[in-house]
This record gives sequence, structure tokens and C-alpha cells, in this order.
Amino acid sequence: MSDVQTTAAPPEFADATRDDTALRRFLHGLPGVDQVGVEQRAAGLATRSIKKDSKLWAIDTAISMVDLTTLEGADTEGKVRSLCAKARRPDPDFPDVPQVGAVCVYPDMVATAVKALDGADIGIASVATAFPSGRSSLSIKLEDTRMAVEAGATEIDMVIDRGAFLSGKYMRVFEEIRAVKAACGSAHLKVILETGELATYDNVRRASWLALLAGGDFIKTSTGKVSPAATLPVTHVMLQAVHDWHAATGEHRGVKPAGGIRTTKDAIRYLVAVHEVAGPAWLDPHLFRFGASSLLNDLLMQRRTQLAGHYSGPDYVTVD
Amino acid sequence: MSDRLTVSKTYKLYLGGAFPRSESGRTYPVTDARGRFLANAAQASRKDVREAVVAARAAFGKWSRATAYNRGQVLYRVAEMLEGRREQFCAEVAAGEGVPAKRAAALVDAAIDRWVWYAGWTDKVATVLGAANPVAGPYFSFSLPEPTGVVGVLAPQGSSLLGLVSVLAPVIATGNTAVVVTSQDRPLPAVTLAEVLATSDVPGGVVNVLTGHTAELAPWLAAHADVNAVDLVGAPQELRAELERAAAGSVKRVLRSAEPDWTAEPGITRLRAFLETKTVWHPMGV
Repeated sequence: MSDVQTTAAPPEFADATRDDTALRRFLHGLPGVDQVGVEQRAAGLATRSIKKDSKLWAIDTAISMVDLTTLEGADTEGKVRSLCAKARRPDPDFPDVPQVGAVCVYPDMVATAVKALDGADIGIASVATAFPSGRSSLSIKLEDTRMAVEAGATEIDMVIDRGAFLSGKYMRVFEEIRAVKAACGSAHLKVILETGELATYDNVRRASWLALLAGGDFIKTSTGKVSPAATLPVTHVMLQAVHDWHAATGEHRGVKPAGGIRTTKDAIRYLVAVHEVAGPAWLDPHLFRFGASSLLNDLLMQRRTQLAGHYSGPDYVTVD
Repeated sequence: MSDRLTVSKTYKLYLGGAFPRSESGRTYPVTDARGRFLANAAQASRKDVREAVVAARAAFGKWSRATAYNRGQVLYRVAEMLEGRREQFCAEVAAGEGVPAKRAAALVDAAIDRWVWYAGWTDKVATVLGAANPVAGPYFSFSLPEPTGVVGVLAPQGSSLLGLVSVLAPVIATGNTAVVVTSQDRPLPAVTLAEVLATSDVPGGVVNVLTGHTAELAPWLAAHADVNAVDLVGAPQELRAELERAAAGSVKRVLRSAEPDWTAEPGITRLRAFLETKTVWHPMGV
């Protein structure tokens, strides 16, 4: 494509979203995912050894990509405030540790987070649309979204209606994402596919394209409430989708694996996958994020280990 | 009838209740006292130390919170299993330490008895080392011993079973979890002891056994910030000062005794060494 449009989807995509039949034809016309191939490639890339300076760089990059998350029924304002303090300065002993990408909270906690992060260049992400199940009417989902945006959220993490997707009502999912995107205004939209419930890699690829067609700025693997959450092969398929989307439209869209990424070793494996599958441009907090909470502590411990030359322990990082 | 080919045993590490090979893939030959080849043992690396500490830390919560009675029962059960493997221990001790069969049997019996002795201590240590303190005020004041956490044990180099039992049992009897670096040249009884622990009721991760070069592993264990105490009894003499300095970096407890006569009555020094004292003040008459 020589003449790339950056605002509107190119004609063949506009055609694909014309009606239900066209959308179905487009999504089912996507090439199937070679399950064995993608799993083998993910496992192969995961064996790469990243050491010394590269490791330190990877740790700092990963820290800047963390969406520090608390999504519990037991969340309190105090917990959100302490999370925000940690987001601003992850390791008080080492002021050179980068700030995290964003904090991620429930809509009613957005105002607290906005206040606690005042003046910091840290995104405020809020889940919305009847998270985590997505089982509610469209009007309630939109109201949920508006509430978060009005409270000051700069990023919205929505869940798709997996029931509709799995029963083939692609247009319904598409229009829902469209409507939420419109309700977001200037806030970035992350679309949670909940890959653990999609059953096949082919479905993951279709859902990724559906979310990209509908205007999602990010595609996110999971809510973190369903097991399995993020896995490397699933993230590979999604990275492939944003890569292809960029090749077709010139637009950069992001990917966010969430849930189950707890160790530095895991995080570095994801970064290797980002570099190899999507491309070096995606090694940027604007295009790749980790949805995680305990990962940050492990990154900080590994950073200390790299600098001190001996192993660190959980006594040296905050308990959250 | 054809001659049977004996199946020789692969000696592996014991980490978190499993028997993996070393992450590094290395092994080293173990010989008997006269230099004849006995077996290849896994040669642990610093990353195995790291994994062992993670496993020991994960196991600490449950093991330290178990009632003293329960810990005692678990340790008695270990003694039963030791008794069942008596012949195997005798053979390994005799080969490794180069002692006659009769002497080896005496050492193994002493080790089993030592284990039972420490098993009996689990529910008595609080009575002996704790106190109800006399205070000038309307308070009850109690001092209670609590386990210190993850203990790194450099096992004695000479006494491969009795010495090992004498340093390991007091650590876990009081509710600590242990990362043991075995005798470098005589590691086989330690691996068999690990098999005993795996088949008794000791939760995985409470004891982790690493075989390999002590001088290579000890500095990583002593400097590890998530290890709360180290027992340096099996450390090479020339490394001790350096290990103590490394341990001081994260304010570890250090037990720095020289090797005693392991057959002698042990006393409670080693039980006391890895305990913290917690003192509680409680208002009286409320």
C-alpha cells in the first residue's frame, strides 16, 4: 500500500463491516492459525537468553509498560492511593526506576486515582462495561464507560460480549465496541477479548480483527478473572494481528497481555515476542502494556539483583 | 540365565518436593574414601540456590504455622522412614566415610536417634526458651520463641549423615525451612535422606538439598537477601570471613561453630540458634 490512510479504514475493511454477512465473511476468511506452529514459535522464542545490560534495559522497559492493577471487590480508597504512590515511585531506594505506564482500577475508584496521580505522567485506566463478565445491557455498559471517563479516566478497558461472539453475532459485538469507543471520547479504548473463553486461536484472531476494525486502540487478552489468562501463543496471535493491521493501514495499535504474568522471566519472554512478531516499534508503553500487579515487585527485585550482584527478596519491596 | 545388568541410581537435587537435575546440567563424580568411583551427583549452580530459596520461602508460612505437635508427628514419621532405609544408609556411609560396616551402622543408628530426639523437642522448645516475664505493671508479659525464616545450612563435610541430621533437624524442628548444601565429597546419604523426606509427610520446600561445590554455592547463599540465617559449620575455613561479611550485608543470623564431635550429646544450642524471641504485653484484668 503506497497511499496509506491513517484516519479511516481502507476500502476493503469498510466493505467488511457493511453488514453482518460481510463481516462474517471477512472474519471467517482470515487465514487459520497453525496451532502447533504458533506454540512452537512461542516456545522457541521463550528460550532466548537476555543478560546483563540488555536485561536491565528489558526490566526498565517492562516497568514502564506495567498497568498496575487492582480489581478486587475489597478495594478501598486507601489501597488505590498506595497503589498510585507505588506507580509514581516504584522503588523508593532507586529514584531512577521509571514510572509505570498506568494504574488500572474500577470506575468508582477513578476519582481517587486521579487525585493521587495529579501532575504525574501516568495513565489512569478504568475497566468498564460490566467488567468482568460483560453481561449487561448496552445502555448500562455505555453509562459505566461515561462514568469512568467523566471521573477522569484516560484509558478504558472494555470487555466484549463473549456470548454474542461465540454464537456468531459478530455485528452485535462490533457495534458494541463502536458505541463504547464513541462514549470514550478522547480516552484510549482497550478491548478485552478474554481469550481464555474463546477456545481456539482462530477465534482469537477473529476477535482481534473485529476489535481492530471497530476502532479499539489496544487489544487486551484477558480480564485476569478467568484461567487461563494471558499466554505467550495467544499474545503471538494478537501481535500478529496488530502487525498486519499496521501493514494494511499504517496505523499502530497496541496489545496488552493481562493476568498470570508474575515473573521477570515471563515479562522478558513477552518483550522478545513483541520485538520478533510485531516489531521494535511496539517496544513502547504506548503500544504494549502488561496488566499485572505482582509482576512489578518481581521486576523491582530482579533490578536490585542486577545492580547489587546478589539475589534480593520480597522483604525489600512493598507488600500490596 | 543371563547376567543381570544392575540399575544404578541417578542422584539428583531435591527442590520444592521434586527431584530435578541441576539447572546447569552439570554433574560431578563422587568417589568412596579410597578414591573408587561411586556415582555421579548433580552439581548445583547459583540458579539452583535461587530456586531452592524461593521454594523454602514458599513453604515457610505453612510449616511455621503448623502446631508444634503436628511438626513433631511429621518428624517422628521421618525417623520411621529412616529406619526403613537403614541398610541403604549403612552402605552409603560405609563407602563414603571409609568406616567398617559395624561403625557405619552405629553412626546411622545415632542419626536416627538424633532425629527422634529433635522431633521430641518441637513442643518443648517454647516451654524451655519462652517465659512469663515478671513486670512492674498491670500486664502479662510473655516471651515466645518464633522461627527466624529460611535458613541456609552448609552441612558438615566429614560426617555425611549423622552430622547432616544434627544440623538439619534442629532447623526444621522449630519451624524454619532449610536450604542445605551437602558435604561436597560425600553427598550420597544426603540425597537418600531427601528421598526419605519426600516419602514422609514433610511438605515440599521445607527442606531443599543441593549437592555440588560448597565454595561455589556458599557465597550465593550467604549473600541472598531472602535467606534469614546461615549455618556455616561446613564452610571451608578460608571462606568463612568472606561468608560472614556477605551474610552481614542483609543482617542474617550466622551460626559460626566449628565442627563438634557429632556423636556427643548435642544440647539445644542449634535449636536456639535459629529462633527469634517475640515478647507480648497484655493488659491484666481487662
